[in-house]
Amino acid sequence: MLSFALIFIAGIFFSGIISRTKSIFSGRKGPGIMQPIKDIIRLFRKGAVYSQTSSFVFQIAPTIYFSSVVMAMLIVPFGQSKGLISFNGDFIFFAYVLALGKFFSIISALDTGSSFGGMGASREALYSMFAEPAFFILIGSLALLTGHSSFQEIFSALHLGSYITYALAILATFVLLMIAMIENSRMPIDDPKTHLELTMIHEVMILENSGFDLGLILSAGCLKFAIYGALIVNLFIGIFPYEYTIPLFFITQFLIAITIGTIESFMARFRMGHNAQFIFALTSVSLLIFFGALLILGKFI
Amino acid sequence: MILIKAFLIIIVCVMLLMPFLKVAWKGIVVFLAIVLNATLTSYFAVLTLMGEKFEFMLPGSIVSDVIPIRIDALSGWFMLIINLVFITGSFYGLFYMKAYREQKSKISVHAIALLLLHGALLGICVIQNSFAFLIAWEIMALSAFMLVIFENEKMATIKAGLNYLIQSHISIVFLMLGFMWVRFKTGSYDFSAITAYTSENPKIAILLFLCFFVTFAIKAGIVPMHTWLPHAHPAAPAHISGIMSGVIIKIGIFGILRMLLLIKLDYTTIGYIILFFSVVSGLYGVMLAIIQHNLKKLLAYHSIENIGIIGMGIGIGCIGLGSNNAILANLGFAAAMLHTLNHALFKSLLFYTAGNVYQATHTIDVEQLGGLVKKMPQTALLFLIAAIAICGIPPFNGFISEFLLYTGLYHWLQDANLFSLIVIGFSILGLVLIGGLAMLCFTKAFGVVFLGNPRKEFHHEIKEPPFIQLLPLYLITLIIIAIGVFPKLFINLLLQPILLFASNPFPATNTLQYNQDVLQQISWGVWGLIGIITLVFLLRKWALSKSKVTIESTWACSYTAPTPKLQYTANSFVRSYRKLFRPFLLLSKNKKEIHGIFPGKVHYKSVTYDKLEKWFVDSPIKAIKSLLSRFQFLQNGNLQFYILYGIIFIVSIICIPLIYEKFLGFIDFLKQL
Repeated sequence: MLSFALIFIAGIFFSGIISRTKSIFSGRKGPGIMQPIKDIIRLFRKGAVYSQTSSFVFQIAPTIYFSSVVMAMLIVPFGQSKGLISFNGDFIFFAYVLALGKFFSIISALDTGSSFGGMGASREALYSMFAEPAFFILIGSLALLTGHSSFQEIFSALHLGSYITYALAILATFVLLMIAMIENSRMPIDDPKTHLELTMIHEVMILENSGFDLGLILSAGCLKFAIYGALIVNLFIGIFPYEYTIPLFFITQFLIAITIGTIESFMARFRMGHNAQFIFALTSVSLLIFFGALLILGKFI
Repeated sequence: MILIKAFLIIIVCVMLLMPFLKVAWKGIVVFLAIVLNATLTSYFAVLTLMGEKFEFMLPGSIVSDVIPIRIDALSGWFMLIINLVFITGSFYGLFYMKAYREQKSKISVHAIALLLLHGALLGICVIQNSFAFLIAWEIMALSAFMLVIFENEKMATIKAGLNYLIQSHISIVFLMLGFMWVRFKTGSYDFSAITAYTSENPKIAILLFLCFFVTFAIKAGIVPMHTWLPHAHPAAPAHISGIMSGVIIKIGIFGILRMLLLIKLDYTTIGYIILFFSVVSGLYGVMLAIIQHNLKKLLAYHSIENIGIIGMGIGIGCIGLGSNNAILANLGFAAAMLHTLNHALFKSLLFYTAGNVYQATHTIDVEQLGGLVKKMPQTALLFLIAAIAICGIPPFNGFISEFLLYTGLYHWLQDANLFSLIVIGFSILGLVLIGGLAMLCFTKAFGVVFLGNPRKEFHHEIKEPPFIQLLPLYLITLIIIAIGVFPKLFINLLLQPILLFASNPFPATNTLQYNQDVLQQISWGVWGLIGIITLVFLLRKWALSKSKVTIESTWACSYTAPTPKLQYTANSFVRSYRKLFRPFLLLSKNKKEIHGIFPGKVHYKSVTYDKLEKWFVDSPIKAIKSLLSRFQFLQNGNLQFYILYGIIFIVSIICIPLIYEKFLGFIDFLKQL
């Protein structure tokens, strides 16, 4: 339950910090940190416009997308405190629940019958498929390293290892950060602020959503960032007492948000055709972690 | 014993009755007969799942010896699946076949074949005499062939049917070879002879197993022996496709499992072999499914993928048996058998909904469909549920079996050596990619067929089939949801079948407790998910009721007057995928591009083909053909010549042994000199 509350709080500020970082780097005054949340609250109160082409799929998709993210949030642990649901193999449930949300967001984009929706849906389906092996191999190698197979046990056992585990944890951080970028359609993969719909992935999928539904999608995006941030934090905190780990949690989330803002300020988006290769390359980084784990365990002769 | 006789009598009576019935009654009588037989056999099946075993000895004949009928939990589990799919399938078929009522004689043949197929499949599950088994196997192959070629006026259907017939007979050759081998060595047709023979000769056991494995792999559609499958499924009527995909290919899985029980061999090696073929099948099946534009062909390739997933479970289970890892064995076999049921459920549901689409629009080319959700909302919802289930996404049943498989793989991770670690790595990679690709495929299929605007104007009214036709579909959906929500109940049912495999080396280990605990948690998780979705949905409803909701045309960045042609097609949806996976695919394009100021008519057509089919089927056939064409002069159309060939054949049959004897005598004579 602790992790749920912490992720929720982090989620509130996350995208605000990103946009503030970007505005500072580009020399603008920029919106306040709370602006994205204010936008979401405003959207929750607004009326909605639905396309006459769309069907019940379009109506329920944002709800299911948001719910899947909340469900995933419940699984993430925080140090020693388990998530609300924790069992052997809970990370499989985590990934597949998120896939449920993705499935619905993809088909709801196709529901409007616009070519933009199809474009975004096609890309999202392909890229999210490529991102998943990296996650499973990563968690697999951590499971191999620690001998456990649930999030909480893996993370609390990870700390007890040697210093090399920290090296692996840093690689894992990179992978998780990149997965977070892909899941949230951020800069190296997708540019949320581009002015050309043809080059978008996520934004072009939610083009037709409005009002409460759009609010749900945006807030799910904020929470998703915080979830992956929390996973990254978990790699390092292990069994430290809470008075250290809770501040550490917020500091790390803050740093991640600033990193993302910095990347977005100084990097250009990849060419769309290169995205798939880049995302699949993440899997090889995961495999590197896998072989690292093998080295530590002495399975290589 | 009486019940077995009753079972056979029902089949024979209904077959004899069939020509005398009115068309409308034929289907109903067959349906009733199937229900009756299903109840009879399910009675045994349920008892076996409770832990009982049955053994009957049919007297048989001089040729076949005594025919033992043994019903254990493995047969019970598959019999229940067969009965379930047949009851729903034949009920759905009653309505699906209404359009073909004028073709009376064909309907009779179809009905008889369906009944025979049911009987033969149930027979295969219980008969343990290789002679009788072969007969049942042949009846199954032939009746399935008759069912597939129902629309025999179409060239493609006949071609697909013959392809199936030939390939299933190739599989029978291997089956006969295996049975004859055992018979030759032991002199018995009884399956228990196989166990006895292989436990004495463990080195040959693996060869014998591979012989049977090829048989059952052809039936199950394991790559590269899958090539009949994508042709036969789309050619058959919808309810037959559902039954084929639901149970006929599963009988291959049953065969593999049965042989694993019978043949005592080095389980680890065989586990790795099965695992390898399964991962390849899974990946190859889904990779080709994505580029198919014929909805039923797409589903057929997905069957190959799912057979791959089931096979992975069997492979892991075998490795668990080989390495004395009780939990691994139990997880692997549980995943395989549960996924067998799951696939039978969602795949038959998908084929039935595809049948509904075909009935309503008369096409299953996805590029011509679109926007059906408004015309056929119930069919769309059912297809959606099945699509989510087949992608292995909670809260439906596909997730449960895939979860067991993942748990197995991650459990194996803990005590594996370097080689098996690499195998695990690639299996996990394969399974995850299969999941992701399936999602790409089914978002495409659902999105293009049911969502958006219609891509083609149909001149007839498109309407939902009547509720009673959808009834079996709802029943299947109910089970799909039930397995997803209460997985523990169903894993309890699997207790006895799993113990058949896992209890031999490890008596009295309560390993099943392991998956039960985990599945209980999953159950909570799924309930939580459903709860959250309901809560958010109610919240949304409340919020929307307070504010203004308007219906407008699609905004699409203010692009006014869009035509349905602007939508993404199935082909464009998978374009980037196609480019990336080009090395594995075989695509040919036929297009004419726009040229000049006054362009004429342009067209674009892409055709997909199976690369492995080209390598393993087409090329060898071509080679054989070119060899045999040298001897074409023999086939000159003169009747006299053919009679001459006959005479030469008969004379040589008689003379060769005589000459051989003389020859031996001559050799002896020489030796004496």
